[in-house]
Amino acid sequence: MLLSELKKGEEGVIKKINASKSFKNRLSSMGIVVKEIVKLKEYSLAKSTIEVKVSESYVALRLKEAALIEVEKL
Amino acid sequence: MQKLTIALAGQPNVGKSSLINAISSSRLKVGNFSGVTVEKTEVTFKWCDDISCSEYDMHIIDLPGAYSLSDYTIEEKVTKSFIQSEEYDLIVNVVDATNLQRNLLFTAELLESGKKVVVALNMIDEAQKEGIKIDEKILSEILGAPCIKTSATDHTGIDALKNAIVEVYKKDQYVSKLKYSDHIEEEIGKIVNFFEEKRYKNDIPYRILAIRLLQEESETYKMMHDDPIWIELLPLIRSSLEHIYIHSDSKDIEQIFKDEHFAFAKGAKMEAMEISSMRAKNLTQKIDNILINKFLGIPIFLFFMWGLFQLTFTLGAIPVDIIDEFFASIGEAAKGVFGEGTLGSLIGDGIVPGVGAVVMFLPNIIILFIGIALLETTGYMSRVAFLLDGFFHRFGLHGKSFIPLVTGFGCSVPAYMAARTLKNERERLITLFIIGFMSCGARLPVYVLFVGAFFSQEHAGSILFFIYISGALFGLVAAKVLKTFVFRGENEPFVMEMPKYRLPSLRLIWHTVYSQAKSYLKKAGTFILAASMLIWFASNYPKNETLAQEYQVKIEQATSEQIALEFENEFNKISLENSYLGKTGYVLEPFFEPLGFDWRMSIAIATGLAAKEVVVSTMGVLYSLGGDVTENNQGLMQMIKKEIPFASAISFIVFVMIYLPCLAASMVFVREAGSWKYLVYLFLFTTVTAWIMSFIVYRVVLAL
Ligand SMILES: Nc1nc2c(ncn2[C@@H]2O[C@H](COP(=O)(O)OP(=O)(O)OP(=O)(O)O)[C@@H](O)[C@H]2O)c(=O)[nH]1
Ligand SMILES: [Mg+2]
Repeated sequence: MLLSELKKGEEGVIKKINASKSFKNRLSSMGIVVKEIVKLKEYSLAKSTIEVKVSESYVALRLKEAALIEVEKL
Repeated sequence: MQKLTIALAGQPNVGKSSLINAISSSRLKVGNFSGVTVEKTEVTFKWCDDISCSEYDMHIIDLPGAYSLSDYTIEEKVTKSFIQSEEYDLIVNVVDATNLQRNLLFTAELLESGKKVVVALNMIDEAQKEGIKIDEKILSEILGAPCIKTSATDHTGIDALKNAIVEVYKKDQYVSKLKYSDHIEEEIGKIVNFFEEKRYKNDIPYRILAIRLLQEESETYKMMHDDPIWIELLPLIRSSLEHIYIHSDSKDIEQIFKDEHFAFAKGAKMEAMEISSMRAKNLTQKIDNILINKFLGIPIFLFFMWGLFQLTFTLGAIPVDIIDEFFASIGEAAKGVFGEGTLGSLIGDGIVPGVGAVVMFLPNIIILFIGIALLETTGYMSRVAFLLDGFFHRFGLHGKSFIPLVTGFGCSVPAYMAARTLKNERERLITLFIIGFMSCGARLPVYVLFVGAFFSQEHAGSILFFIYISGALFGLVAAKVLKTFVFRGENEPFVMEMPKYRLPSLRLIWHTVYSQAKSYLKKAGTFILAASMLIWFASNYPKNETLAQEYQVKIEQATSEQIALEFENEFNKISLENSYLGKTGYVLEPFFEPLGFDWRMSIAIATGLAAKEVVVSTMGVLYSLGGDVTENNQGLMQMIKKEIPFASAISFIVFVMIYLPCLAASMVFVREAGSWKYLVYLFLFTTVTAWIMSFIVYRVVLAL
């Protein structure tokens, strides 16, 4: 399942990140790495942007980028 | 006295600039979102340590926040290249104590650089409130670098931090304790051993050199390539790498070391940190349930903006009228004191109305600045960027573009610089191009003047709001046009951290607003003053002596007071029209006539290229000179209302809204965009659209 498919309030463990190298590095330095738990906090109106929680940080992402992250729902 | 240069590095929004302000009582810009500092800034002060009381000449370099030492954005590049340089003595790594693990990832990278590091566990006040306990002794032990608990807001731990800095500075040899997994440590050990056996000479410590070689860092390879030792070293490295690959079933050495950092950060956090209770943390969540709610979010934001402009107008209007009349009477008084001669006219008709026209809008500007400061310091900014990202995306902009655009409502100069946080060059250029459409603080006086003159008190605030919103919407459309025709290409991913909500201290708001207000007044006292004198000169010379005598005679021979006054007004008008400025105005007039501008408005638009405040000061001078003498002590607003038709006024507002911000901003634009040619494009782009839009609006209003 993809991070973009989670519903509001659901959590998942990151399994794989299919992004380009530089974007993957960016995600990892923000704490979004394999094995971490992400929680979907909020969608924007057009469902184009989401807010997720990873360890202690809250990060906003576009749905398109969230679709690069594979998770396993908890 | 010893010179001590300190690089302040850390992830974004952890309080680096605040900490420098606390240490040195400087006034660096602070805000609650990632990317406040985009340039490296140096702060110097003297400090005497308690122990030996030797005095230090401290140079602290505030660096832009960076999530990692990478080239991801322009400002991160600045940080990376400075950290890798030799221009400083030690690093103070500022860490957000409430988000230890992620921050330690960056710490690991800094420790790897081999530089001396002191860690500041900042925001310790928040950590305490959230029930987070950190054992700084254990953490110092693990990192091999002293860790000091600090709070930039409460000013705690500042002296301890200074002492730790000096102490670390005095140590000669220093090797960090960044430990890797056993199998990597083993390979590092082998290479270090080899160097020792060879008694290899190099300035870089063996361990660091070994790590760099294993990380396949190209600079190190280049440096060692021509060394005779290389022949023997190469097979060693090759076999070491083979071993590492076996253990980590991957050949991506960069990823392998990233994973090592992650394990290190996690391990350090586990050992040194403890969460005793889960209090106080969900306030941000509660607020966000409303503020970024998908239905309520945008309406609430628009309401806040509307409220701000309502306040800007209504609250600001009270002192404005007073200041306006005050300057009008000063102008009169000046003429009384200095006489009706050249000096009296220079002061009474040039300096006082010109500077006064700018100063009178200070109250409005202050309210606007308070609004922007609140947006920047509470953490709301990132929320709005989140809400608007989807919308912005459709217009070819990035959600993060919102930050420079909002800054642009204050002043375009910092806004152009704030665009550095955008990674993608095209998105950054589009943002740079449309920042000018966000009406800056200097345009506010023009709007307030015209809106105040032509609309009723109740509607003025909403009209002001409408002007700003339509400017912004217009900017979005322009972005779309640029995106479709000029800067085509892929969009950049959007990832942005959402900071906690923070209640800004009164002091912070005060300093932010105060320094902006001060620079506004300073500008009025220098640049605007000079501009007013210039305009006064250009509108009074050359003097036509024969004409003056002619009218002198006419006035003396006038049969009544009334006729004499009429002659005098006529004379004033003719001489103004024949002045340098008047003649220039007539040259400009054909260009602006279709928009409904008279020559004075045309001049104001032209001088406004220097700075938007000059628009009102030019009008102040021109309408005070050309105005009827009988009503000379009237405020500028009444004068405008009397002299300018409604449709022309609206068209004027539209023109001011769209065309180039000012000279200073244009220079910064060139620097940030990277080429003069872009300024030419920007000038043509904004002037042509301003003209077309004003033309349309003028015709429409006339037809109504
Ligand atoms: N409670 C608390 N808030 C702090 C502390 N230090 C900084 N802040 C707040 O944290 C926010 C960020 O502060 P800045 O100093 O701008 O952070 P920075 O690290 O310079 O940020 P960038 O320049 O964007 O990298 C501001 O809202 C500060 O008021 C602290 O010790 N305690
Ligand atoms: Mg800063």
